[in-house]
Amino acid sequence: MQITVKLFATLRNNRFKIEVHEYPEGSTILQVAEALEIPKEELALTLINGISLEVDNALKDGDTLAIFPPVGGG
Amino acid sequence: MGSVLGKVLRVNLTTGVIAAEELSAELSKSFIGGRGLGGKMLTNEIAAGIDALSEENKLFFITGPLTGTSAPTGGRYMVVTKSPLNNVIASSNSGGFWGAELKFAGYDMLIVEGKAATPVYINIKDGDVEIKAADHVWGKNTNETTDMLLSEVGDHKARVANIGTAGEQLSRIACIMNDRWRAAGRSGVGAVMGSKNLKAVVVRGSGKVEAADVDKFKEHVKAAMGKIKENGVTGQGLPAYGTAVLINIINEAGILPTNNFQEGVFPHADEISGETLAEKYLKKKDPCYRCPIACGRYCEVDGVGSGGPEYETIWAFGSDCGVSDLKAIIKANNACNEIGVDTISAGATIAAAMELYQRGYVKADELAGGPELAWGNAEAVVEWVKRMGDTDGFGKKLAMGSARLTEAYGAPELSMAVKKLELPAYDPRGLMGHGLQYATSNRGGCHVRGYMISPEILGMPEKLDRFSLEGKAEWVRIFQDLTAAIDSSGLCLFTSFALGADDYANLLTAATGVDYTAADVLAAGDRAYNVERLFNMAEGYSAADDTLPKRLLDEPMPAGPTKGHVHPLDQLLPKYYEVRGWDATGVPTADKKKSLGL
Ligand code: SF4
Repeated sequence: MQITVKLFATLRNNRFKIEVHEYPEGSTILQVAEALEIPKEELALTLINGISLEVDNALKDGDTLAIFPPVGGG
Repeated sequence: MGSVLGKVLRVNLTTGVIAAEELSAELSKSFIGGRGLGGKMLTNEIAAGIDALSEENKLFFITGPLTGTSAPTGGRYMVVTKSPLNNVIASSNSGGFWGAELKFAGYDMLIVEGKAATPVYINIKDGDVEIKAADHVWGKNTNETTDMLLSEVGDHKARVANIGTAGEQLSRIACIMNDRWRAAGRSGVGAVMGSKNLKAVVVRGSGKVEAADVDKFKEHVKAAMGKIKENGVTGQGLPAYGTAVLINIINEAGILPTNNFQEGVFPHADEISGETLAEKYLKKKDPCYRCPIACGRYCEVDGVGSGGPEYETIWAFGSDCGVSDLKAIIKANNACNEIGVDTISAGATIAAAMELYQRGYVKADELAGGPELAWGNAEAVVEWVKRMGDTDGFGKKLAMGSARLTEAYGAPELSMAVKKLELPAYDPRGLMGHGLQYATSNRGGCHVRGYMISPEILGMPEKLDRFSLEGKAEWVRIFQDLTAAIDSSGLCLFTSFALGADDYANLLTAATGVDYTAADVLAAGDRAYNVERLFNMAEGYSAADDTLPKRLLDEPMPAGPTKGHVHPLDQLLPKYYEVRGWDATGVPTADKKKSLGL
């Protein structure tokens, strides 16, 4: 399935801002993060289509996944 | 003796009388200091119904028990006065170094009364306090004034709080700037200073602020430092990107107000994000007094350096005006600092003017050669901020804030404000708790009276479903009370990502020698909140004013992850009043007041 992955803040270092990737059907947020070599403790905020969800949630074809490391408020 | 000095400096500008008075130990204990104590003392000292810009109003510059100590972020002070924007109680917090310096000079607070016949500034050097002529700096902007006064007092380590031309012109969105880029921003406090003909307060102190129990205090400071370092937000996120990192987060959630809250997704968000700011313009971090978090930014454009911009500022001049040019946003931020206007209200007022223009209320010929108020016009945001310090014309109209501006054109519904104070950078249609907090904030549309973004977006201290109503009234109340207590303590609200009520209680106890439990800290916050509510009610405010702009209650978000939602405020307010101990019309009950000793 195709997932649009958006990375933010320090997660962009040596990776990318936004790319479309192919993942096995039913992959979870955590599995996508593992494939991108993002350590679990860096997954401070994960949104599927703009809705904040825990990392064991599964993605479906066409979803947009946004991943933020620990960030600020203001 | 402890970190509360017990001393009030009172300066009457009408009579020229300068007096050092004793602070009531009882009041200081139950209201802690800062926002709580200032609110209580202001209520005691001014009559309801006075004109906020008359000499009857008073201006409190008030610190907390932890200001000037070694506690992390202990440099904060509050400006407390009656707001000329909306007649409610104004309490604007600022960082930098000025507040700590006032303590070093030997005072917990400065109260300014009356009105000088001609422009003056107050010069405080420990026990030597003078009212000095300021005609030569009247009409100058904040950086120039700061430079001139520092060389005049002959001490470059002195600290300056001042107003720019906006405050002089009584702009209802004027702020007070200190240490060049730090602002007591909201509620028009700069206009109160201007109305008193007070251009600046310069302060220099040689004293120290000692804790009552030095060893215990050191221990608690060390523990607090540790928690701040370990916490992802205060230890990594804020230090690395400042507050601007929120642009992308809030945009991804579809609640980044765009074109005056007509939309919630800004297609150019990444161009104005904290990431882009860090990559292109950031020169260094610019922390306040004893702050390990250092969220403050220092940026440079075209060879001109300045503090900021913050998340709120980037949003206000950026997506809220449809502008994607970060360089222009930084210039608009600098112009705000120079003329001394609140960046949130200034940007949001230009956004309201753009919508007035879009809908044909404002015509091109009124703009007298100024840039077109078209969405996305980067030149417009810079130029129109500069003109907010003007003595007449459309710039002067803008300087009165969005509520007065839109009313003048017969379209008050286009002001995205609560109680006339412009809303900040989070659309409440996708944030049930945060929207309730906007509606019930005692100073009007404000995010730092109970930052529900923390649980509703950032997942701290726990993750809440942002669309759910359940438990939100209770959360908002606790957040509002804790915030009021932190605002009373002298610490920065950002410490609350890492610290809880018991940490503040420990620090306050060791610093002051007065025993505070976590429950006492929250009760002091609750007390402060109720004092503010009662102040506003005496000014004629009621439950009818606990509301949101019509657009956010009635018009569903048009697109993006928050599509289809409105804010169901009516479903939350009754529960909120109940958990606050107020009656069904939002009035604190006799029992409630009694339990708080009011
Ligand atoms: S966290 Fe930011 S605003 Fe707060 S004291 Fe530190 S630098 Fe100042």
